[in-house]
Amino acid sequence: MLIRPNPSSGVPIYLQLMEQVKHAIETGALRSGEQLPGMRPLAEELVINPNTVAKAYRELEHEGVIELRHGAGAFVSAHARAKKLTDTLRTGQTIVEGAVEKLHARGITDEEIRRLFEAVLAGLTKPGGLRG
Amino acid sequence: MVDAFVIETADLRKNYDCVEAVRGLSLQVPAGSICGFLGRNGAGKTTTIKVLLGMARPTSGSARVFGLAADAPEASVAIRRRTGFVSDDKDLYDYMTVGEMIRFTAAFFPRWRPELEQRYLHAFELPVDRKIKTLSRGTRTKLALLLALSRGAELLVLDEPTSGLDPVMTEQILQALVAHVAREEMTVFFSSHQISEVDQIADRVAIIDRGRTVVAGALDDLRENFRRIQLVFDGDAPEPAFRAPGVERVRRQGRVLTVLSSTGAGQILEEARAMNPVSVDVVPVTLKEIFLEFVTEEN
Repeated sequence: MLIRPNPSSGVPIYLQLMEQVKHAIETGALRSGEQLPGMRPLAEELVINPNTVAKAYRELEHEGVIELRHGAGAFVSAHARAKKLTDTLRTGQTIVEGAVEKLHARGITDEEIRRLFEAVLAGLTKPGGLRG
Repeated sequence: MVDAFVIETADLRKNYDCVEAVRGLSLQVPAGSICGFLGRNGAGKTTTIKVLLGMARPTSGSARVFGLAADAPEASVAIRRRTGFVSDDKDLYDYMTVGEMIRFTAAFFPRWRPELEQRYLHAFELPVDRKIKTLSRGTRTKLALLLALSRGAELLVLDEPTSGLDPVMTEQILQALVAHVAREEMTVFFSSHQISEVDQIADRVAIIDRGRTVVAGALDDLRENFRRIQLVFDGDAPEPAFRAPGVERVRRQGRVLTVLSSTGAGQILEEARAMNPVSVDVVPVTLKEIFLEFVTEEN
């Protein structure tokens, strides 16, 4: 399994798990209808809090990425939404790749790019956004 | 109705002679959580645990476990019957063997779970016939943990469970805790000064410093809400007066203004815009950074 959160990164672990599951779907490592690891085994394997795994799975279900079937476990959503998400994300990735390439060309480092993204994301949560 | 908080203290104080070990501690541990109790050595962690388990009487304030007053003798017996406790010095009888110690302890607990005893005996590879005095620190910890986990407790209180253990032992202990919580309905309250292990297995944290809670809450909320905002100006940074709530620290150094926020960056950024900074950075804040910011340095 390609899920491995970094507990000390300052990013909520459940968000990291969600991103990694989405990424696994996007890259085809996890396909529609396939089963995800059980919450309990996953918590034990990653040595993280079981509540955290449960929260990530609940949120993923809420977003329509996975389906939780009682007693049977968690499965990647069988149809459209997961696929649509994949397509949308793929388009997004192309845009980000283009932007990162341009930023690199201007001599901006990876770490600086990361911080710029974070600043913009934080600024855009308020109307008007932030203009540098 | 079931009490929402397994552990709850309000303005708890404990003085030893003229030393104030705990000075107005407020703590809330919800059922089913793994709560890390972080603080430096001497911050009051062990004293708090002793009060919770009825081993020390509070000077003032209240401490309740399972909704029962920890300082009432009868309630305290009930609390201890439902709680597994691993003390910092792992109270074990050196003259007994591992097997004798397990049988001795099991006799006190009617809800003893032989299948859990067998599981941890196996998982921890404990030598049944060895005398306890010959065991390494790590093996002693594992034995103490087996005794605490096998008694069918609803609450597990651990005082620095991994102190003095190597990384492999530490991981084994954490793994056992996570696996146990995943299978059994239980609450874990563990003190530590290892920030990384709290980051790894806890879903809640309480940071104490000099006998007071300085930061507490769900770890994911802290990770989501704490932000460091760095503003750079053309000339000297202005003397700011932020109205945004949750501004925890503001540092001015020449052209740079750094703000630590516990409620996200949005409102601070809005106010910052009026100051016309030339650049703005927002970065997440790790638990380690939060700890270092809120815990005072030695005099």
